[in-house]
Amino acid sequence: MPGNEDHKLDDRLGNLDAELAKMRESQATKNRAKMDSEQSNGLAMAWRLGSEFVAGVLVGTAIGWLIDEWLGIRPWGMIIFLLLGFLAGMLNLLRSAGKLPPPGA
Amino acid sequence: MTDPAVDPIHQFQIHDIFTLGEVGGVQFAMTNSSVFMIAIVVLISGFLILSTSGRGLVPTRWQSAAELMYELVASTLRNSAGTEGMRFFPFVFSIFAFVLAANVIGLVPYFMTVTSHLVITAALALLVIFTVIVYGLMRNGLGFFKLFLPSGLPVAIAPFIAIIEVLSFLSRPVSLSLRLFGNMLAGHIVLKVFAGFIVTLTAAGVGGWFAGILPLGMTVALTALETLVAVLQAYVFTILTCVYLNDAIHPSH
Repeated sequence: MPGNEDHKLDDRLGNLDAELAKMRESQATKNRAKMDSEQSNGLAMAWRLGSEFVAGVLVGTAIGWLIDEWLGIRPWGMIIFLLLGFLAGMLNLLRSAGKLPPPGA
Repeated sequence: MTDPAVDPIHQFQIHDIFTLGEVGGVQFAMTNSSVFMIAIVVLISGFLILSTSGRGLVPTRWQSAAELMYELVASTLRNSAGTEGMRFFPFVFSIFAFVLAANVIGLVPYFMTVTSHLVITAALALLVIFTVIVYGLMRNGLGFFKLFLPSGLPVAIAPFIAIIEVLSFLSRPVSLSLRLFGNMLAGHIVLKVFAGFIVTLTAAGVGGWFAGILPLGMTVALTALETLVAVLQAYVFTILTCVYLNDAIHPSH
């Protein structure tokens, strides 16, 4: 029966289409999930770089202030160590961005 | 903004639940923060003990959750500090589990986020950095200080570079604690501000009810974002702990 054969072929084609659609959908979801995770890594990276730099400046300022208190050379300790802290922050920044090798290398 | 339902800072207030007495003029009290820290420890211990008590070859759902957590921390530690770093596994796993549980519990309404206080995050970061210094000195002796002096430097600029390296090392606990604290604090304030808009708008009448849908949607979206941030920041804290521990084990690569 040729009509019956055609009918079976149509069924199989229909099944194939449905399966392809399902696979395309799951692929799209996977891609979307991948993009989301990349964006969230970007957010974490931004926080990381920002805090690394700020921490360097804060530590430099704090040490400069302490040296001023101990030696009574206000404001020179803070001026010098603020700048050194700025450099340390920059070093932290470049290291966490992977532009410089880690310490001790 | 004194109404606690609208005040975005109210959630961070610490109050005594009961006093345990005085030691050397300093009052020791059970605060809401310490209650939550105890709850976190109980929760993690309970989860790990119960989920691993069966120990089947084919894991149950709870057991595979615990195994997933183990694998995550173990592979992070092995990748950044090598197999020698595995001796710090209990330490790193405890930090990861504590920060993760604290961040996630903090998302539940009316619950306190202990990691949104700088004291807690600074204590954790100092614990990490003192471990690095003490173990680094124990293992490498004075060789640990090679960390601050890159090899092959001209003598003229070596002291200058060494000072900058020391400052950079000292800034590690600061950045480690500030990041976790800042993320949790900022996230919870933003969440509370948007949620506060709903309260204020619905008080304004029927028009406000409809306008309140907008900040409600925003609050739902922010809650999702905060969940992500909570997990991500626990992971970032763990990764950086591993990286710093690596410096203690291998000060000069």
